[in-house]
Amino acid sequence: MAITKFFNEMTADDGSVRAHYAGYAAWLRETPADRIERKRAEADALFHRYGITFAVYGEESGTERLIPFDIIPRIIPAKEWKSLEAGLRQRVKALNCFIHDIYHDQEILKAGHIPAEQVLNNAQYRPEMQGVNVPCDIYAAIAGVDVVRAGEGEFYVLEDNLRVPSGVSYMLEDRRMMMRLFPELFARHRVAPVEHYPDMLLHTLRSLAPQGVTDPTVVVLTPGAHNSAYFEHAFLAQQMGVELVEGQDLFVREDQVYMRTTQGPRRVDVIYRRVDDDFLDPKYFRKDSMLGVPGLLDAYRAGRVTVSNAIGTGVADDKSIYPYVPEMIRFYLGEEPTLNNVPTFMCRKPEDLAYTLAHLPELVVKEVHGAGGYGMLVGPASTKEQIETFRKYLIANPEKYIAQPTLALSNCPTFVENGVAPRHLDLRPFVLSGTEVQMVPGGLTRVALREGSLVVNSSQGGGTKDTWVLEA
Amino acid sequence: MLSRTADHLFWMARYMERAENTARILDVTYRLSLLPQNGEEVEAMWAGMLKIMELQDTFLAKHPAYTTESVLEFMIFDRDNPGSIYRCLRATRENAHAVRGTLTSELWETSNETWLKMRDFSVSKLLESGPGAFFEWVKYRSHLSRGVTIGTMLQDEALRFIRLGTFLERADNTARILEVKYLNLLPGADEDSAHAADYYQWSALLQSVSAFEVYRKVYRDQITPLRVAELLVLRADMPRSLARSMKEVYSNLTRVSNARSAETERLAGELESHLRFGRIERIFEGGFRKYLEDFRDRIFDLGCRISDDFLIPASA
Repeated sequence: MAITKFFNEMTADDGSVRAHYAGYAAWLRETPADRIERKRAEADALFHRYGITFAVYGEESGTERLIPFDIIPRIIPAKEWKSLEAGLRQRVKALNCFIHDIYHDQEILKAGHIPAEQVLNNAQYRPEMQGVNVPCDIYAAIAGVDVVRAGEGEFYVLEDNLRVPSGVSYMLEDRRMMMRLFPELFARHRVAPVEHYPDMLLHTLRSLAPQGVTDPTVVVLTPGAHNSAYFEHAFLAQQMGVELVEGQDLFVREDQVYMRTTQGPRRVDVIYRRVDDDFLDPKYFRKDSMLGVPGLLDAYRAGRVTVSNAIGTGVADDKSIYPYVPEMIRFYLGEEPTLNNVPTFMCRKPEDLAYTLAHLPELVVKEVHGAGGYGMLVGPASTKEQIETFRKYLIANPEKYIAQPTLALSNCPTFVENGVAPRHLDLRPFVLSGTEVQMVPGGLTRVALREGSLVVNSSQGGGTKDTWVLEA
Repeated sequence: MLSRTADHLFWMARYMERAENTARILDVTYRLSLLPQNGEEVEAMWAGMLKIMELQDTFLAKHPAYTTESVLEFMIFDRDNPGSIYRCLRATRENAHAVRGTLTSELWETSNETWLKMRDFSVSKLLESGPGAFFEWVKYRSHLSRGVTIGTMLQDEALRFIRLGTFLERADNTARILEVKYLNLLPGADEDSAHAADYYQWSALLQSVSAFEVYRKVYRDQITPLRVAELLVLRADMPRSLARSMKEVYSNLTRVSNARSAETERLAGELESHLRFGRIERIFEGGFRKYLEDFRDRIFDLGCRISDDFLIPASA
């Protein structure tokens, strides 16, 4: 089954420009090409000067790269955003219920909706969290849900990122860049603002402070300046006006977390951590971790500090749990899911494995625990050899893989080497859950810059676009 | 503020100041090397400068002889030389990067841009335009960085640690610049006697610390070593003098004062008072070079104490 027809965000099948792109398309037509070229060069220079870069693993140490930025925005009409937003809120609510349930009474397992061993034997399940109460029962305070469009009004969730989702700084910087380069576009369009995200994030984090703390001290915990997302960590700490700390800056005494300051120890109440579970506390998790804080888990379990996202959220965004999210929504909320899940074959099941092996050229195969676009096979875009290699992997370790039909990801006109051409994209909106659930309109749009590619990850040469939700 | 953050701010400022003063020291030595003299004297001059910068051994491990080209390349571009301007600007940027959230975006971008431009310089470009233009550029970037710091940073603890770093480094560096000059006094000349042929050297020294016009304005008289020393050691109104630097160190230190820093403050205050109430004749009596070396030891000690008290506290 070769895919030929893709939904184009800007133009309809008959070649006419969609209504919500009319203003932009007119601007693009009337703006001289050399001005656009100049502006694109200016954007590159500015991103370099601002140091908005990410570190690339596996390359020469200290290599910093720009994430390519495209000046054609992804535009979403208000009505479409409204239903998308409702679906995302619903989904994240159910996921938080699920994580709470898993670490408490496990009703959903008892009811037989999800096989217990799928959850309890999952490497991301943290027995240390069993019976631990967290403020507001919120585990995933910050969720970045990857959504793709296949057709008119037809959105699919690809992945729920509930551990340390990144990318929100690019959403904010892309907007800042667009407004600086093309202020006239914003005069012509009613683009919903996103600039208040850091404020919302701070509000969310403060609302999750341990009980009895009235004026909580919030910090952002980073693995350090060499981490690929360091720019974002520094950016968010600065925008929220809180300290950016590393593990070495914190210590635990009598179940209380302190940071080392020039005026002596100072209590810390909420930690927005951008360090993975495994590295958080060498006393309980990886002993060789230099990034964590010994005893942090003790303070956390004693309810003296909030760690956001909570420890153990990975059990809910694992690709092997993903197929059950619609079931969670029905079970916890008593609602029908608004957003679609992509049909998923779990290769640990013999019949799913057989199907997958028989249809490899048309499927996308992913590692259950993979992330960042590494270790996946996009059947239609792969060579015979690549497919055969994956076949061997699958037969050897079927439980490590899932397979999904190759979605006809929508595309959007994008500047490439020889002019403007359609490229595939996805969208990562961010959902903040505290005492209330909040979102800014839009999210991070990622675009696969290689022709025909369906992989949008920045580590795989993906770029970003500004995302406009047009106010009605 | 976080101790680690204060540490990065302190060293960010020190490295920027060091880059600037390294350019100044190289500039004055380069100018002195242009005086009519034989090759051996020029070599001795570069050797003396590297000795005072404590980089002689590192240099000799790589280069057989002290030629102007080899010293300039070593002190400007050598990635293995921790004292090269390249390394100073990289360290400035790395420290700024580690605390970019604490800096205003203008300050971060200034430091980042300086580093990006430094990477574009090369030995051939430098020789083409003469090293003078490059030294000017380094000084200019340092001025810019200082101006952006004062013009945009909130007057809080972060600024105090930046200023502390700037002035502690400057105190050390100005002392070294003076030492370079005194090392190059012609053989047999007394330290406190004016040498007629020395005029060029003294004016080069004054220019290297932007003090030539200041000297004229303050003394309205001919240039003598004693007054040059007075200007650069004791005049608190001279921005690059030891007195000025220590005054700033002391006042910034008292404003970040914590429970363990009393002794450090006392020592800084003591050093500052000596400069405030000192007389240049008395300093010369005890030997000027010894005085400068002793001063630098005390600056080094203060740096260690600041580190222990604020930046890397030994215990929680």
